[in-house]
Amino acid sequence: MAKYIEMIRIRFLMMLAYRTNYYSGILIYSINIGAYYFLWQAIYGEKQDIEGLSIIQMTTYVAVSWMARAFYFNNIDREIAQEIKEGKVAVEFIRPYNYLGMKTMQGLGEGVFRLLFFSFPGMIIVSLIFPLQFGTGLDTLGLFAISILFSFIINTQINLLTGITTFFLFNNDGLIRAKRVVIDLFSGLLLPIHFFPLWAQNVMGYLPFQSISYVPSMIFTNGFTTSESFNAILMQGVWSLILLIPIKILWVMAKKQMIIQGG
Amino acid sequence: MFYVRMFFQYVAQYMKIRLQYRADLVVEILSDLLFQAVNLVFILVVFGHTQLLSGWTRDEIIFIYGFFLIPFALFSSFFNIWDFNDRYVVKGEFDRILTRPIHSLFQIILERMELESLFGVITGLSVMFYAGGRLDITFEWYEPVLFILFVIGGALVYAGIFIALASIGFWSDAKTSIMPMMYNIGNYGRYPVDIYNKVIRFVLTWILPFAFVGVYPSAFFLEKTEWYPYSFLTPFVGIGFFIFSIVLWNEGVKRYRGAGN
Repeated sequence: MAKYIEMIRIRFLMMLAYRTNYYSGILIYSINIGAYYFLWQAIYGEKQDIEGLSIIQMTTYVAVSWMARAFYFNNIDREIAQEIKEGKVAVEFIRPYNYLGMKTMQGLGEGVFRLLFFSFPGMIIVSLIFPLQFGTGLDTLGLFAISILFSFIINTQINLLTGITTFFLFNNDGLIRAKRVVIDLFSGLLLPIHFFPLWAQNVMGYLPFQSISYVPSMIFTNGFTTSESFNAILMQGVWSLILLIPIKILWVMAKKQMIIQGG
Repeated sequence: MFYVRMFFQYVAQYMKIRLQYRADLVVEILSDLLFQAVNLVFILVVFGHTQLLSGWTRDEIIFIYGFFLIPFALFSSFFNIWDFNDRYVVKGEFDRILTRPIHSLFQIILERMELESLFGVITGLSVMFYAGGRLDITFEWYEPVLFILFVIGGALVYAGIFIALASIGFWSDAKTSIMPMMYNIGNYGRYPVDIYNKVIRFVLTWILPFAFVGVYPSAFFLEKTEWYPYSFLTPFVGIGFFIFSIVLWNEGVKRYRGAGN
């Protein structure tokens, strides 16, 4: 266990070394949120609310979604792909840890860094510029914290899956790009899930994506009742268990047919 | 002439490389399509809840999006320089470029081509024709000519902004993430600028003129007469910004001292 915690720490410190990237990161996210703020203002027009969300709730939803993304988002799919392509993964296999577990911990280190140095200050800046409404009460915050942790787990699991496919596809840059776009749309980052037409909502109900962004953002904006929140978090838990299965299967298959390209 | 011949030789070489990894090429084109579809789905879902966006209808917004895809496809096929600083300045690759007998920027363009992005032109045209058909837009004989001029203008606006940003790399070699930010800001130009406040509108028109890639030129085909002056400015703004960026680039090259090995 200690070695995994060490992994989180090391990655955290590595991120600290490239701090300038995160100042500009805060700016990028603020600008992005700003663009959506104006867009939603225009979309709402005279309307008081759309699908039960007021304009202030909607702006908060957008801000929280993007700030939460800083925590759960990571590049470990790209890193795994890179290490496989360069043949470095062969060395990783003889080291005394579980490769996928170690990657997850590195992702967590990155996420914690971004949460502390990026999401929190970013959120303060954004809330000074745009009218936001925070779900008051420690219970909301507590549920949000649990839910965002599951967001990280599920998103990371999907990243691991995408990364492992490099063993079979050799070059999967396109797939990684496609996955990113799909997650942005179907996780509810760009649009709350209940804005979609019913048939699309039904389809998405069978997919793990809404557990990534929609659930924590709805909890934070008080768009969910308490019992809805509990159900959603339960679903997140179920998904994070289900996703372990394909990871395990693909990983065993990958190890069997591994070809080291150089290294 | 020499430049044209070089260009086609690089294109031929590029095709050979890409066609060697066909599966990869297909996935890349599909992921581009997916990306374009996501933006379209966003527009469609939003208009499931509202009729007008500051007086613009759903089909008009879709039309603007379709138009935007075309200059953007040209830009991303030939001006793939978002990692210029990392790739050429920090690693010292630019030394190699300077030994070549053609203009340094042209050499980089040749090396970094991504011709599969040109598929965006087809997507863009289909989206435009779909929306245009629903809006009953009729084409006059001269409009295709204007269309081409506007598309080139829009692509040059994008190219100008990104070349100017890449040139900053000659002055400061610190790693920055301005480029991804610009891609985000570029998306602002896809929506009618009258939804933004005055400051953003001014920035999008005169400082980072992304509005000339989407909404202004499209306004002409949508017969929004109040925007006509801006529509006709498109090619001039494009050429202006492009020339400005080339001058900046040339100045930057003079300052380049070489790094890495």
